[in-house]
Amino acid sequence: MSAFNAIGDERETDRDEYTPGVEPQPTWCPGCGDFSVLKSLKQALPEVGRNPEEVLTVTGIGCSGKLNSYLDTYGFHTIHGRALPVARAAKLANPDLEVIAAGGDGDGYGIGGNHFIHSARENHDITYIVFNNEIFGLTKGQTSPTSPKGHKSKTQPSGSAKTPIRPLSQSLTAGASYVARTAAVNPNQAKEIIAEAIEHDGFAHVDFLTQCPTWNKDARQYVPYVDVQDSDDYDFDVTDREEAAEMMRETENVLNEGTVLTGRYYVDEDRPSYTEEKRAVGEMPDEPLAERYFDDDAEWERSYDLLDRHK
Amino acid sequence: MSDDELIWRIAGGSGDGIDSTSQNFAKALMRSGLDVFTHRHYPSRIRGGHTYVEIRAADHEVQSRGDGYNFLLALGDSFARNPSEDAYYGNEELKPLSENLDDLREGGVIVYDEGLISEEDVEELNLEERAEENGWHVYPMDLRGLAKEHGREVMRNTAGVGVTAALLDMDLEHIEDLMSDAMGGDVLESNLEILHEAYEIVEEEYEFEHDLRAPEGSHETEQALLSGSNAIAYGAIDAGCRFISGYPMTPWTDVFTILSQNFPDMGGVSEQVEDEIAAAALAVGASHAGVKAMSGSSGGGFALMSEPLGLAEMTETPLVLVEAMRAGPSTGMPTKPEQGDLEHVLYTSQGDSQRVVFAPGTIEEAYEQTRLAFDIAWDYQIPVILIYDQKLSGENKNVDVEFFDREPSPDLGSTLTEEELREAAHDNSGKFKRFDYENAEDGVAPRSLPGQQNGRYLATGNEHSPVGHISEDPDNRVYQMDRRLEKLESIREELDEERESTQTYFGDEEADYGIITWGSSQGAVEEAVGRLNEQGHSVKGIGVSDMMPFPEAEMTEFLESVDEAIVVEMNATAQFRGLVQKELGRFGEKMTSLLKYNGNPFEPAEIVEGFEVNIADEDREPTAQVRIEPAAGD
Repeated sequence: MSAFNAIGDERETDRDEYTPGVEPQPTWCPGCGDFSVLKSLKQALPEVGRNPEEVLTVTGIGCSGKLNSYLDTYGFHTIHGRALPVARAAKLANPDLEVIAAGGDGDGYGIGGNHFIHSARENHDITYIVFNNEIFGLTKGQTSPTSPKGHKSKTQPSGSAKTPIRPLSQSLTAGASYVARTAAVNPNQAKEIIAEAIEHDGFAHVDFLTQCPTWNKDARQYVPYVDVQDSDDYDFDVTDREEAAEMMRETENVLNEGTVLTGRYYVDEDRPSYTEEKRAVGEMPDEPLAERYFDDDAEWERSYDLLDRHK
Repeated sequence: MSDDELIWRIAGGSGDGIDSTSQNFAKALMRSGLDVFTHRHYPSRIRGGHTYVEIRAADHEVQSRGDGYNFLLALGDSFARNPSEDAYYGNEELKPLSENLDDLREGGVIVYDEGLISEEDVEELNLEERAEENGWHVYPMDLRGLAKEHGREVMRNTAGVGVTAALLDMDLEHIEDLMSDAMGGDVLESNLEILHEAYEIVEEEYEFEHDLRAPEGSHETEQALLSGSNAIAYGAIDAGCRFISGYPMTPWTDVFTILSQNFPDMGGVSEQVEDEIAAAALAVGASHAGVKAMSGSSGGGFALMSEPLGLAEMTETPLVLVEAMRAGPSTGMPTKPEQGDLEHVLYTSQGDSQRVVFAPGTIEEAYEQTRLAFDIAWDYQIPVILIYDQKLSGENKNVDVEFFDREPSPDLGSTLTEEELREAAHDNSGKFKRFDYENAEDGVAPRSLPGQQNGRYLATGNEHSPVGHISEDPDNRVYQMDRRLEKLESIREELDEERESTQTYFGDEEADYGIITWGSSQGAVEEAVGRLNEQGHSVKGIGVSDMMPFPEAEMTEFLESVDEAIVVEMNATAQFRGLVQKELGRFGEKMTSLLKYNGNPFEPAEIVEGFEVNIADEDREPTAQVRIEPAAGD
């Protein structure tokens, strides 16, 4: 018998269940792209058949970190840049949980960049949504790792001398097995991509373009956008690493020139998730570790039985 | 200084097999019925560099390294980089002999490998002259040649052990058994040949001039030889810990390695991750999801854990961290012990500390307090840190096997079941009021786990309302802060009133003078107190383990009962004495510090001397390697 009966409970749910009854007033500004991430999650989660109590939403710090204040699942609002290691471990402790990690571009590509690389490399079966608004919003408009070169801000008054990070390319190189980009202004695609990312068995990285109407007024609102899967101008195979890499590079090159390309970029259904890899080498139990603590019949090993080597 | 003890020092280069040889020899002495205690000294290098292990063996309990030693096996450093005395690091080939002479007691025995250490070098050391002055007995032997003749050069350890056994008149039985356990086939055969050959050469060709022999003893119960790191790892296993995350760093790596090797067979999970920020964050994540988890590091890595530690405090996530101190600041001396991270561990991370810190003083305490750490962490949902050091981590001691014969305790403490969650307080949207201050007992707000029905809430590093929503409401802030701090008071009460004290006392309760120490210096202090009393002084000692919450009542009683006290610790700024003064607000004028921070742990004689010079007012300067920090006002 499971101690976690919300998990696998296949009842029908709807978006209202994901909305806290006493909803805190969102701290996001009117017109903020973050609303769109929240909305697409509220749509996607019932669609893929998850209920709020089998989902753990782990966030970092920033406007994006407030996501789980407004999404009524189990939530862990962690510290700046560290959502991924917390999320990874929760998944290892109880692999039956649906774990969604989220943060901003500063959080994920800047201060948490090391965790991003290693989480993708290890292919943990979690969904990672990066709210990419090319700016630090909550701290009032400083240049971020995705800000375009030349971007002027209070901390780079003469314009940034740095070229922006390439999040999609970096994700692919590091080892993510699902990489997509969507935009707040494209709600249907966003919902579909989020649903696919949740269903994907492996590290699913969604770079979500979320316009910041307050601190990044210079930036376009990510319109018009192009869905690379729908457009006749682009033709590539999302399961082919080389073609995906080329398409990602093109997408990153043209973003700051005003062309917003979105869609699925890389999908590898064959790569085993980290849990599977770890089980294959015999370093991870088949049953969720968290269940064992509630199992009255579990036999706990004792150090007393290890002492022969010391005698 | 005791005459009926053997302190055998095996010296060579890193990579010469000093560690494994000494481990086996210590076991052989233990099996022969002796109590043993080891002390390891090594450089931060993979190959070469002067390293030694000391084994102290006696027919009575030994809790510390001794004063100096009485038998040297100098193997020579086969990985020496530059065998010239002009080199920056000196003549490394000779160091196993030259570096160890100062600590050798009068009448001691020296065996060195004349196959590696040249005659000219020995002459330059004036070994003959010094041996005469000190009554040393020197037995050179071509250990390398012997090893090469019957096997491989690396087996000269075995030749050295054979010579040692013969000179000490020890039976080879236990040594042979241990070799047979560890190896097989040709390797075993060659080693046994070398062992016997060396033994016989000594018996037949050497004239014994020394009096030292292996002591004889017996044990009433079966013994196991293990280190402080073993004890911490085993305490964690018995507490039901099945998740560890870490990043390698000396000396913490030992605990990480032991658990990583054992967990696969126990259904546990070990994660070596990208850095220590991730390591601590993973432990928080695993604990949040319902597994008893731990992480740890040494000073530099622990610095990176500051923020996840604060997150665990604020979200009230149970967590055990271990901090294995080494000499700092910064990279410091990576393989040398020091107790310089106390303040770092007590106060790191922003805001008011809300954590528990234990400093075990012995291998047995390391086991007990690790289990205690898990109990407290999961009962009170608070991070607990075990602070120890390179000394306790690496030293081995025999422990009664029955000590470990106890029940595991995998209980998750104040974690609710789904059944209990149905009855728990929820807000009107069904969110569980995890941080409900109205229903909290002892400040503890029981938690749910993700995946449980009726348990969803938000854990956040922000100040938060009862269901976890970010809140800056002043009343809520004060309630939540006071509730979290109340847990520390509840823990203090539990430690004071419901559990056996984790402080260790020695000497006569009525004594006039006190010696106070904390953590791993306890064994040396215990021995020093014993000697001072034998000399007729009225002295008692205390080894303190509770760093936070601080044992106010016990320390007040101890300090009130003595006229003066010495505080013994391995750091340069008297951190523990500072803590006592901060916590008790008085006694500053009673406490003189005895500080050592040269990279070597205290020898009991240094503490005895510190007492004689400072309290018994003998008119002489203390040893140069120890510093006195006078009491306040002096």
